[in-house]
Amino acid sequence: MIAIIDYGAGNLRSIQRALESHGAQVEITSAPERILAADRVVLPGVGNAKAAMEQLHDTGIADAVTGIAHKGTPLLGVCLGMQLLFGDQEEGPTTGLGLLEGNAVKLGDGLKVPHMGWNTVQFTGHSSLADQPEGYFYFVHSYVVQPDDERDIAGVTGYGEPFASVVIHENIWGTQFHPEKSHRAGLDLLGVWLRS
Amino acid sequence: MTSKLIARVIPCLDVKAGRVVKGVNFVDLRDAGDPVEMAAFYNDEGADELVFLDITASSDNRDTIIDVVQKTADQVFIPLTVGGGVRSVEDMRRLLAAGADKVAMNTAAVNNPDLINQGAAKFGTQCVVVAIDARRVPEEDRWEVFTHGGRTPTGIDAIVWARECKERGAGEILLTSMDRDGTLSGYDIALHQAIDAAVNIPVIASGGAGELSDFAEVIQQGHADAVLAASLFHFGTMRIRDVKAYLADDGIDVRMEAAV
Repeated sequence: MIAIIDYGAGNLRSIQRALESHGAQVEITSAPERILAADRVVLPGVGNAKAAMEQLHDTGIADAVTGIAHKGTPLLGVCLGMQLLFGDQEEGPTTGLGLLEGNAVKLGDGLKVPHMGWNTVQFTGHSSLADQPEGYFYFVHSYVVQPDDERDIAGVTGYGEPFASVVIHENIWGTQFHPEKSHRAGLDLLGVWLRS
Repeated sequence: MTSKLIARVIPCLDVKAGRVVKGVNFVDLRDAGDPVEMAAFYNDEGADELVFLDITASSDNRDTIIDVVQKTADQVFIPLTVGGGVRSVEDMRRLLAAGADKVAMNTAAVNNPDLINQGAAKFGTQCVVVAIDARRVPEEDRWEVFTHGGRTPTGIDAIVWARECKERGAGEILLTSMDRDGTLSGYDIALHQAIDAAVNIPVIASGGAGELSDFAEVIQQGHADAVLAASLFHFGTMRIRDVKAYLADDGIDVRMEAAV
């Protein structure tokens, strides 16, 4: 069972249907015990980092996510959910889950923010995404992650300065874009994650 | 790597009581099909986004659009904007929960501009689209905002209103030229230039497309971030991929991979 974590952060139906289109059994849940029991976990999210972290701590979800991440359960963070995998968050400011080394900062000055629309992802040759062709993905965000370890960066996108749009560190994956809104390219990438 | 986002091509589905219709100059509606089927078709055609505008007049049928949005979101994996009859934060919440990614407001935003602030605070600016129906003031480079599907003049200047929408938290503007809508005579470039100069949020151009070159013109000269059309696509006058191929030939970045 794949647990999509519901902590009041927006539309979960699309990511559920996108995973189900691959035949996955999906449960939307906010219960820590269901998250701990899942074979895979998706941490979605739109909205404000500080409010999201408060919600995750208040509900016990933060501890559950940390628990599954440490025991090796595949975890996928999407959009804000990806940013929260890291430590210091400029939005708030607040502190994320700290499962990956690095931080989240606001997009550069002089850009239309939020970065909203389709943009390309160049995959960097990470072994899990070795054959992934460059493709268009749908983005909606105002902050980007800066991983400490460049080897965690599996995909890069240009908006002002290039930023990490896909990260992979062992069992922990993150995408800054919304794979569930990225048509075929996004569905394909979810398929790769489901087989990882 | 480019820093500019690609130009989006967006079919608009005007939905009345659960069916797609499209008027010429907002009247004389013709039935063009089932919204869910059409959404799936455009998804496969390479549409970058879909817009549903619920033009159902009475509130009796308001739930119809929720059902359409749900069924569409279940099988269409591109962003979905829904507008029409949105009057409260609760209306927005219901549409977003049904699977919409953005909610467009028009009349309600004019009548109660604070709704823009409330929506942006609750769901984020990226969710809040303000639809502006503008008509040129005769003999002047000035446009007036109309509400209620283009029937009600407001006396409000479209540029002033666009700026206010942005300041209140709108993440995008869906700008329709009422003079051009349904005429196939091209977008109102001067209107788009004026709005683009006033706000730095994305603008979707609507109203008037008839030729492939109209799309390129409003992007290159009107600085539009996205182009929207309805009946041109619904009746197969041109296909999404034709528009994208034309734009690409003209040096405009588009998402091409989805062409079937």
